Amino acid sequence: MSQTGSRQAAECRLRARLEQGLPLTSRPWQALAEQCGLSESEVLACVERWRAEGLIKRLGLVVRHRALGIDANAMVVWDVPDDAVKELGRRLAAEPAVTLCYRRPRRPGWPYNLFCMIHGTRREQVEAQLAEIVARQGLEAIPHSVLFSHRAYKQCGGRFTQEESSHECRVHHPA
Amino acid sequence: MVALDALDRRLIDAYQRDLPLCERPFAVMAERLGESEAVVLSRLERLAAAGVLSRVGPVFDHARAGASLLAAVAVPEAERDAVAARISESVGVNHNYAREHRYNLWFVMTAADEQQLDARLDALEAELGHPVLRLPMIEAFHIDLGFPIPWYELERA
Repeated sequence: MSQTGSRQAAECRLRARLEQGLPLTSRPWQALAEQCGLSESEVLACVERWRAEGLIKRLGLVVRHRALGIDANAMVVWDVPDDAVKELGRRLAAEPAVTLCYRRPRRPGWPYNLFCMIHGTRREQVEAQLAEIVARQGLEAIPHSVLFSHRAYKQCGGRFTQEESSHECRVHHPA
Repeated sequence: MVALDALDRRLIDAYQRDLPLCERPFAVMAERLGESEAVVLSRLERLAAAGVLSRVGPVFDHARAGASLLAAVAVPEAERDAVAARISESVGVNHNYAREHRYNLWFVMTAADEQQLDARLDALEAELGHPVLRLPMIEAFHIDLGFPIPWYELERA
């Protein structure tokens, strides 16, 4: 294998390891470097580059909100005229209670093209936040549906590089 | 639910993003928090073991890291747990939730590229025997689950 090819393979191994998180040891990058056939400084430079390029959106503690009691989670889906979806998407994204907001395609039997997520500690609190958003943004006439989650079967980071199913991140909560 | 003390909360509040990128990140975090590296490491291990932390590490941009898609199926409530288990087993699935709707199971499927993603969804659809609603992202307006934890509200809840 060429030098470039082996370097790429090593970076690919690093990506796969990183999807599972850092080892909780004093020098986690050194531990990863040994597993991937890179030096510690090469690993640090690589992660810095991925962060600068935007491949890594954030680096830190990834919290499971349900385990903390932030278990009221509503996916609110809206049927917005296509020429207004971008502008409304931006406005909803700016609402402090909205944690995710994105446009998706309509499908037969599925008329909704704008999705946003509201996380909270109690259902009533999330419903109140949604009511405030509807009033503040003047959305009374926009058809929408509120899909509360009531059970998480599985929740973990994306696994783009690994082939095996990630059993370790399955969660079982009472309904 | 897991009881978290002041140090746990300070760790979470300070480091959902911007983990120091250096040889000994936990030592730097410890110094800023006025603790020892060993204490910080043992706290992180405890939070991970308790299920509060999914991991300490990067969150990759799905759109750049590979292909992913939000999908849903509508199944009879009596079959829901069994179908959910098969979805969770399926390679590439990283989120799987029950929601209150006719489409009652919602999951995210990931893959290295679009071709592999389609193949995985086709295979799962055939296995489940239920049509899979496929909702790729067209445009992201906001995606960040690193929001501040509302400790005060959690105490009242």
